[in-house]
Amino acid sequence: MKSKFQKIFKGGLGQLTIPIIAILILVIFNLIRDPSFFSISVTHNNDGNIVLAGNLISIINAASELAVLAMGMTLVTAASGGQDISVGAAAAIAGSAFVSMLKSGSTITGGTVLLAFFYACLFAMAFGAFNGTLVAVFKIQPMIATLILYTCGRSIAYWINGGATPTVSSPIITAIGSFIPGIPIPTPVIIVIVVAIIFKLVFHFTSLELFTQSVGINEKAARLNGINATWIKLLSFIILGLCVAVAGVISVSRLGLINHETILLDVEMDAILAVAIGGNSLGGGKFKISGSIIGAYVIHMLTITLYAMKVSSTDVKAYKAIVIILLVVIGSPVIKSKFTKRMTQLKNRKTKVSTKGAL
Amino acid sequence: MHDECLLSMRHINKYFPGVKALSDVDFTLRHGEIHALMGENGAGKSTLIKVLTGVYQNDGGEIAVEGEKLHIRSPQDAQRGGISTVYQEITLCPNLTVAENMFIGREEGPLIRQKNYVKRANEILSELGIPARGSQILGSCSLAVQQMVAIARAVDMKCKVLILDEPTSSLDDKEVQVLFKLMRDLKSRGVGIIFVTHFLEQVYEVCDRITVLRNGELVGEYLTEDLPQVQLVAKMIGKDLDELSSFGKAEVKEYGPDDVFYEAEELSSSDALPFDFKIHKGEVNGFTGLLGSGRSESVRAIFGADKVNGGTVKIKGDSVKINKPIDAMKHGIGYLPEDRKRDGIIADLSVRENIILALQVMKGFFKPISRSESEAFADEYIKALNIKTASRETPIGSLSGGNQQKVILARWLLTHPDYLILDEPTRGIDVGTKLEIQKLVLKLAEDGVSVTFISSEIEEMLRTCSRLIVMRDRHVVGELKGEELTEAQVMKTIAGGNTVNEE
Repeated sequence: MKSKFQKIFKGGLGQLTIPIIAILILVIFNLIRDPSFFSISVTHNNDGNIVLAGNLISIINAASELAVLAMGMTLVTAASGGQDISVGAAAAIAGSAFVSMLKSGSTITGGTVLLAFFYACLFAMAFGAFNGTLVAVFKIQPMIATLILYTCGRSIAYWINGGATPTVSSPIITAIGSFIPGIPIPTPVIIVIVVAIIFKLVFHFTSLELFTQSVGINEKAARLNGINATWIKLLSFIILGLCVAVAGVISVSRLGLINHETILLDVEMDAILAVAIGGNSLGGGKFKISGSIIGAYVIHMLTITLYAMKVSSTDVKAYKAIVIILLVVIGSPVIKSKFTKRMTQLKNRKTKVSTKGAL
Repeated sequence: MHDECLLSMRHINKYFPGVKALSDVDFTLRHGEIHALMGENGAGKSTLIKVLTGVYQNDGGEIAVEGEKLHIRSPQDAQRGGISTVYQEITLCPNLTVAENMFIGREEGPLIRQKNYVKRANEILSELGIPARGSQILGSCSLAVQQMVAIARAVDMKCKVLILDEPTSSLDDKEVQVLFKLMRDLKSRGVGIIFVTHFLEQVYEVCDRITVLRNGELVGEYLTEDLPQVQLVAKMIGKDLDELSSFGKAEVKEYGPDDVFYEAEELSSSDALPFDFKIHKGEVNGFTGLLGSGRSESVRAIFGADKVNGGTVKIKGDSVKINKPIDAMKHGIGYLPEDRKRDGIIADLSVRENIILALQVMKGFFKPISRSESEAFADEYIKALNIKTASRETPIGSLSGGNQQKVILARWLLTHPDYLILDEPTRGIDVGTKLEIQKLVLKLAEDGVSVTFISSEIEEMLRTCSRLIVMRDRHVVGELKGEELTEAQVMKTIAGGNTVNEE
C-alpha cells in the first residue's frame, strides 16, 4: 500500500499531484457539507434554450477567462521564468478593440464578429510582442517589463472607444457569452476546451514544448544547441497575447458591454496563482498546461464554495488567502523533500523490522 | 629582510557539501615577502584566501598572525587582525574622491573634517609614490592607480598581510611595472604580500616564494629561484618530470590540401583573440594550455558560441559565415561544452529529450521528431554508449556525471556531425568512462569525423591527438606534432621555456 502512496507522490501524477488533491479535497468537503452542491439540473434559460444549471456548471463557466489566461501564462512563465502582470489591462485593450470594430459596422453578423475577433487578436498580439521584446531582447525582468502595460493598459483601452463604455447587443454575442441555442453547455466552457485542444495540437505539431522548457531550464545550454532563446521568449508572449484576446472577447460577450475599468480586474494575480497551484515552477522550466487549467478551476471552486457557505464577499479574500498559503506551502520544494525523506525513512525502518523478524 | 613567521596557517580544512575543498593545507608567510599562491582553477586558491579573509570559516586547522592565534569569523575579524585584500575587480566607489575612498567606513569619529582627509590621503599617497591626489574623483584615475589607492587604503589600515587577488589581469605592461614597484616598496617595509595570479612570468619577476596547491591539497612551498617554470607547470598539473617517459605516440597521417575540412584565419570572438586554425577530415587535434589560457574560448569561437568579431572561415574550401551555434550545426559541427552543468545538460528534461535536442533544432521548429522515433533514438544511443540510466524518461540531472556526459555526446552523435569539438569531455568522470570516450574519439576519426579534443590531462591528449595547439595567455604559442608530442615538450611549450612554432 505504501508503495502506491509513494508512486502518487513521487512518480505517478508528478506535478499534478497537488492540484488534483486540492480539487478532490474541495469536492469532498462540499459533498459532506451539502450533498446537493454538485446537483446539475436541466432548465430553460431566458432565451428558451435547454441548458444545464448548477454550482458545478457556474464554477466551470466562470473560470473560463482565467483558464484561458492561465494557459498562456504557463508558457510565458516556463520560457522567461517570470510572469506577465499586464494580462488584465491587455484584455481591456483587446475587449475595447473588439467592441470598437463591432460598433464600426451597422449590423452585427457572424462575419463582423469574426473580423472584430481578429482585430482584437491583432491588438493583443502587438502588446504581447511589446512585452516580449522588453523581456527577450532588452532582458528586463518580466514583472517590471509588464508593469508598464499594467499601468497604462486601461488608459489605452479608454482611448479606443473615446472614453465611452459602449454596449453591444446581438444574438451572436449572447451566444458567445452564454449559450449557443441547442447546446446545453455554456459557450465559454467550449471555448476553453477548444483553446486547450489547440495548445495540444501546437505541442504535437511543433517543438514549442521542448524548446520552451529547454530555454526555461537552461538558457545557455539551449542557445548552444542552436535554439533561438530570444525568439522563443518573444513567441510565448505573443501566444499569451492571443489568450488575452480570447479572454477579453469572452468577458465582453458575457456582459454585452466593455467597461475598461472593471473588465477582468485583478485577473493577473489569479492567473499567476493558477499556474502556481498547477504545480508549475514560477522560476520557469518544465510545465504542464493541464495543471494550470485545474489551478484555475480550483480558484473558482474555492470562491464559490466560500460564497455558498455564506461568507461575505469582503471576507472571501482572506479565506482564499489561507487556503492558498496551505497549497503553496505543501507544494513547496522544502515540504516535498521533507516528505520524500520521511517516506524513505519509513521504508528503511520497515525493511529493518522485517529483517529482524526474519532473524 | 626579516625571516620570522608573519602568518601561519596550519592544517586548514574546508568542506563544501560533497566536496573537500581544502584538505590539511599549510601556508606560511614571512615578514617582507611576496609569496605567490599558485594552482589551476579549482585547486583551492580562492577557498584558502576566503578562509583567511573570513568569507568562509575553516572546518579545522588554525591561523596565527605573528604567533598570535586568530579566530576569523568575518571579514571584519580579518581586518582587525591586520589582513587586507585587494580584489581583481575594484571594490571602491568610483564616484567618490580618492580621499573619501581611503577613509570610507573606518572608525575615525565624526570630527575629522574633509580637509584633514584630503591632507592625510595626500601624505600617504606621496609616501607610497602613488600618482594621485586626494581630492581627485577616483573614477578619473587609471585602473592601475585605482588599484593602488585600494592598496594604500589597506596599508593605512595597518595591514600586515596584504592579499592581491589577480591584481594585474586588467592592467597593461607599464601599469604592471608601477604596481610591482609599489609591491616591492611595501615588501621593504615588512608587509607580507600574498600574490595570486595566472601570469607565470609575473610570478618569476616579483615573488620570493611559491606555494602550489592542487585539488585542495598542498603540493609544496618553494623558493622561486629553486623552481624553474617548467617544473612549476608540472606541479600545478600534477605530473612530475621524472614520470615523463616517452609515451606511445599518436599516428601521424599525411593530409593533402583537399583533406582540409575546416579552416579559419584570424578568427576572433568577444572572448578569444584572433587565431588561425585548420583541421583535416578524420583528424584528431587538441588545444592545450593551462585553464584560462584561452583554449576553450578559441573552440567556442569556432562553434559561434560567443559573439564572433572577425576572421574568415572556410568549410571544405567554401567560405561560410558562422556567427551563432545554429550556423555551425548546419555545417556539420557539434560542440560539447566544457561546463557540462552550465552549458550542456537541460537538467529537468529526460535523457530522451536531452538526446534528441540538437537534432530537433536542426530539423526545425515545425518538424518535431515523433515520440516513437525519439524513443528509438534514445534507446539506440543508451545502448551504444552504455549509458546507465533508470529509464530513458529519467531526468538527466539525476544521472552521474559520466553518464550525463555520454548523453551530451549522444546528442551530438545523433546529428551525425562531420566535425565534433569536445571540450573537457572526460573531466570529473570515472576512469572506465574516460577510456570509453577516448576510444570513441579514435573510432569517430577512423570513420572520417574530424575531432578537436581538449583535456586538462596531457597524457590523455597525447593518446588521442595527432596534433596539439598550445596556448598561453590567450595566444597560440606553438603547434606540436609527430616527434614533438611528448609530455615534456608540451609542458615546456606551455611554460614558455622553448617556443616551438610550426613549419
